[in-house]
Amino acid sequence: MKIAVCVKQVVTREWPLRVDEARTWVEDRDASFEMNEPDAYALEEALRLREQHGGEVVVCSAGPARAAQVVREALARGADRAIRVEGGGLAAADAAMVAEALAAAMRDEQFELVLTGLQSDDQGFAQTGVVLAELLGIPHATIIMEVQVADGRLRVKRELEGGWFQWVSMPTPALLTIQSGINQLRYATLKGIMAAKRKEVRVVEAAADLVPRQEILEIRVPEKTKQTHMIAGSPSEAAAELVKVLREEARVI
Amino acid sequence: MVLVIAEQRDGVLNNASWEALVAAQQLDEPVRVAVAGAGDGLAAVGAELAAADVESILTVDHPELESYTPDGFVAAFAAVVTDTAPDRVFLAHTYQTREFAPRLAARVGRSLIADCVGVRPRDGRLAFVRPMFQGKFVADVAAAGPAPHFASFQIGAFRPDALERGAAPAPVTAFPVTLEPGAIRQQIEVPFQEAKQAVDLTQAERIVAVGRGIKGREHLGLVESLATALGAEVAASRPICDSGWLPMDRQIGSSGQTVAPKLYLALGISGAIQHLVGMKGSRTIVAVNKDADAPIFEVADYGIVGDLFDVVPAIIAALDA
Ligand SMILES: Cc1cc2nc3c(=O)[nH]c(=O)nc-3n(C[C@@H](O)[C@H](O)[C@H](O)COP(=O)(O)OP(=O)(O)OC[C@H]3O[C@@H](n4cnc5c(N)ncnc54)[C@H](O)[C@@H]3O)c2cc1C
Ligand SMILES: Cc1cc2nc3c(=O)[nH]c(=O)nc-3n(C[C@H](O)[C@H](O)[C@H](O)COP(=O)(O)OP(=O)(O)OC[C@H]3O[C@@H](n4cnc5c(N)ncnc54)[C@H](O)[C@@H]3O)c2cc1C
Repeated sequence: MKIAVCVKQVVTREWPLRVDEARTWVEDRDASFEMNEPDAYALEEALRLREQHGGEVVVCSAGPARAAQVVREALARGADRAIRVEGGGLAAADAAMVAEALAAAMRDEQFELVLTGLQSDDQGFAQTGVVLAELLGIPHATIIMEVQVADGRLRVKRELEGGWFQWVSMPTPALLTIQSGINQLRYATLKGIMAAKRKEVRVVEAAADLVPRQEILEIRVPEKTKQTHMIAGSPSEAAAELVKVLREEARVI
Repeated sequence: MVLVIAEQRDGVLNNASWEALVAAQQLDEPVRVAVAGAGDGLAAVGAELAAADVESILTVDHPELESYTPDGFVAAFAAVVTDTAPDRVFLAHTYQTREFAPRLAARVGRSLIADCVGVRPRDGRLAFVRPMFQGKFVADVAAAGPAPHFASFQIGAFRPDALERGAAPAPVTAFPVTLEPGAIRQQIEVPFQEAKQAVDLTQAERIVAVGRGIKGREHLGLVESLATALGAEVAASRPICDSGWLPMDRQIGSSGQTVAPKLYLALGISGAIQHLVGMKGSRTIVAVNKDADAPIFEVADYGIVGDLFDVVPAIIAALDA
């Protein structure tokens, strides 16, 4: 099975984020970056499908030059080769533009299965994968927690709200957006890291004429609407005060 | 005109659809509602929606739309959008919307501003307010390019009881659609729940919930000690269950259990919306987090900014004292 996995590079969760001077993005020049979490699960699922059914796993990522880091990481974990889409215009791209750039780079490869994460940890529009399916003209399903492949068809377990699920089947080629927790992740081994250096990375220039359909006017820290009683002091002072208010004010213990 | 796409299943309207309608009614523009399905169930939902003060309700009735599939709904609503030419299309940000609405927008050459919590005028444009970076920031996002502009609204962002009702029921009209044979490639099975949950956290009076701040499964003992000292059940955010550190039935949130205990103590949980929807109805919420800007403090009654590995042992000691 020829499988593509789309991975996005995002600022690490631990990074103390600040809004940039233009107030339209975050200050990420010195930030550390990592693979978007659901995308790591999508990659793992692709590697498992390859182990079961044979074939190839190709990692695809769009973004600035720094995105090469997540591509290398995916190759070290076991992906066979990579397509990296670059372009100045992508820095301020919306999900539709990213999907267009990815589709243009992926179309000729004729992937049988395309996996993406269900949403990014930064913007979280939850739609790059879905739009990509439309652009590639293939069926899709979202928030997937299990993938079965037989006779050129997929049977996938889709997560619904509140602990419900549903099985959905469809022909390949198809696109699935993967939910975190679908599997247990593996990490790169030293051997994998060494092998990654020899793997093919095809760099594709994104078209210059992609048109944005959304614009970020401003990013800000949300206003607090709730009066939270913040308890200060050393850990033991704060703990003593907390126990006191829970007993005497809230009366919940 | 704002077109609201409502959601129903087996003749039951999704409550969140009222919220999307309220978002639309705020704008002082004519509002129409479209809803897809089949037969009597759909007709009943159409009649229910007609109570709202809107221009009209379109029922998109087709046997193949009786159950939701992404291909079916994209094709049907693309026909509605093309025919009615709205300026905006609003939906509730449900799992179903997440699945078909981005593709619907792409089908008609537009894009979706997803997961919005508000909408307001700004410099002569309409700004859609939406969280970013897992709720650490909010952004004003505007649509660029020609109409229609699509937006989906986070559940709970608008109050369904703010709905303006009409003096008389709005007219309900059938919108005929044809679906090409083979147009629907997904085949669906009946929804199900996993084997009955072993623990019912909805009955717990006190809950100590732990998030990724706990760092490793080997530290869970600390959380269990606190729970024992408080007479509380242990629960968790999704990543803890995803990693297999605690079983799935201890997960709180949109894809886990929804609880409203007397006391909810959140340790090292950032407060992503998918977690908050499962616990924000709790009577007293306490958050311990080393990041003073963590969104969990937005819903907390009491907060301690600090390292849970220092604070939790101190709470246990204070309870003993
Ligand atoms: C006006 C504006 C300015 C922006 N400025 C910046 C900026 O300065 N720096 C910056 O880093 N970002 C910036 N972005 C972010 C932007 O490029 C997003 O990556 C893009 O909008 C994708 O949407 P999303 O992150 O919501 O992904 P989602 O739709 O939530 O992602 C779903 C899945 O799609 C796949 N996917 C998403 N993006 C990519 C990708 N790039 N490559 C491969 N797979 C992908 C992943 O599998 C992911 O799990 C900006 C966006 C806008 C609208
Ligand atoms: C469709 C969908 C459904 C989802 N369903 C759910 C759901 O049902 N339930 C759910 O919980 N999530 C759900 N999620 C995931 C959700 O979006 C978040 O990713 C998740 O809730 C984050 O978990 P967390 O707060 O434990 O981790 P993080 O976001 O990583 O937060 C960890 C927090 O711990 C703090 N911390 C770190 N170290 C310490 C320390 N030593 N002391 C004190 N604090 C510390 C950090 O400051 C941070 O705030 C869902 C997501 C999607 C897209």
